[in-house]
Amino acid sequence: MATLRVSVWRGQESGRFQEFEVPRQESQSVLDVVTHIQRALDPTLAYRFSCRVGMCGSCAMTVNGRARWTCRTHVDKVAVDGRLEIAPLSNLPVVKDLVTDMTLFFDKWARARGRFRGARTRRDDFERVPPDSAARRLADAAIECIGCGVCYSACDVVAWNPDYLGPAALNRAWTLVNDARDTDNRARLAAVAGDAGCHACHTHMSCSERCPKQLSPTASIAGLKRATALAALKGEF
Amino acid sequence: MNVRTQVLLWAAQRVSAAVLAVCVLVHLVTIIYAVRNGLSAAEILGRTRGNAAWAAFYVLFVAAVAVHAPIGLRSALAESFNWRGRGLDIAVLALAVALAVLGLRAVYAVFT
Amino acid sequence: MKNDFRARNHPAYWAFIVHRVSGVALALFLPLHFWALGQALHGEAGLESFLRWSDQPTVKLAEVALVLLLAAHLTGGLRLLALEFLAWRDWHKTLLALAAGITAAAGLAFLLNLT
Repeated sequence: MATLRVSVWRGQESGRFQEFEVPRQESQSVLDVVTHIQRALDPTLAYRFSCRVGMCGSCAMTVNGRARWTCRTHVDKVAVDGRLEIAPLSNLPVVKDLVTDMTLFFDKWARARGRFRGARTRRDDFERVPPDSAARRLADAAIECIGCGVCYSACDVVAWNPDYLGPAALNRAWTLVNDARDTDNRARLAAVAGDAGCHACHTHMSCSERCPKQLSPTASIAGLKRATALAALKGEF
Repeated sequence: MNVRTQVLLWAAQRVSAAVLAVCVLVHLVTIIYAVRNGLSAAEILGRTRGNAAWAAFYVLFVAAVAVHAPIGLRSALAESFNWRGRGLDIAVLALAVALAVLGLRAVYAVFT
Repeated sequence: MKNDFRARNHPAYWAFIVHRVSGVALALFLPLHFWALGQALHGEAGLESFLRWSDQPTVKLAEVALVLLLAAHLTGGLRLLALEFLAWRDWHKTLLALAAGITAAAGLAFLLNLT
């Protein structure tokens, strides 16, 4: 049977790659490979996953140098000469092996005011949002984010400017800016502006290049740049 | 520097970029045209001396570049050398003033 | 952990590198350019003696490089303005190809007129 030679990161920030040989199977995902190593070869390997079907956003890792969702990444697509290199996501502290600490990543969603805040109560009628309205379409284009951290890991501005909110948090803020029901936009635009916000983005497009849901955080961030610049010119913050 | 100023810097860089887009296009065409028979001081100064239209164009060009380049360098310095805060902002402002002074001196030199 | 070239190897990232390198290089060149034109303060002869110095082949080569950098920064900048201010989705790689093409054409036009 064919085997796959797999280098897996072991340790924390300082650590090393450990080599494993994993039996090659048909339709094998990278997550299958990691699971095989942990169950059959070395039970001390730490990694994170949950749904296995591309919904939960837990299993992202760096595969052959690029951030990917491992449950939906076929070995066929990424193995080079029967070899794989699997590391934790970049730009996040490593807890152990393939597990990163996502705290800062999600704290930045909060700092970008990524929480919906409406004015209606349970006694009010539903707000009617026409599905084909311009704002709803813009929100639709960015709404399918699963919070996997691939974009954050791919983004160099995050590495160069540690305060930068990053693509995922800004993309989330953009969906709310386009949510007709939300009442927090003035504060949100102030929160996502400037050197630590959307204006730090250099349009590298690594986020859009790597997003497993094929979203374009770059386009969302461009929208925020325009909206916040307009708000700043009007003196709203 | 407060967030509003940061955003206005971003906007200033984009507005100056739009001005520069036109200026650089004219500049490139002029360069490519001017080097046809080799450069000579007589030819250059013949074009620019006493010509108010060229002088006005170059004043606008210098002003736009004095706004545009320092803002870009501010990002590059912050990201490459982790240099941020008041010291960087003052250095970048000094650079803007120096570029404007040197640039306007050059325009004056080829106009008179 | 930090990303290496494998994470960065895609067209828009290369466009960024070109834009950053050309921007910094042009900013460093500007004071020299302004100083050279300022030689005209000492009359036509002042500028002329600088221009004759610039006839050396290495200086001409540097001039070709500068024209390329300027054209690259111009077209790359127009691309960025389009990406930031226009509604776009799928045609950003076309913009990139256009930027590269116009840059090469400008460099070639300069080179052909030089010789």
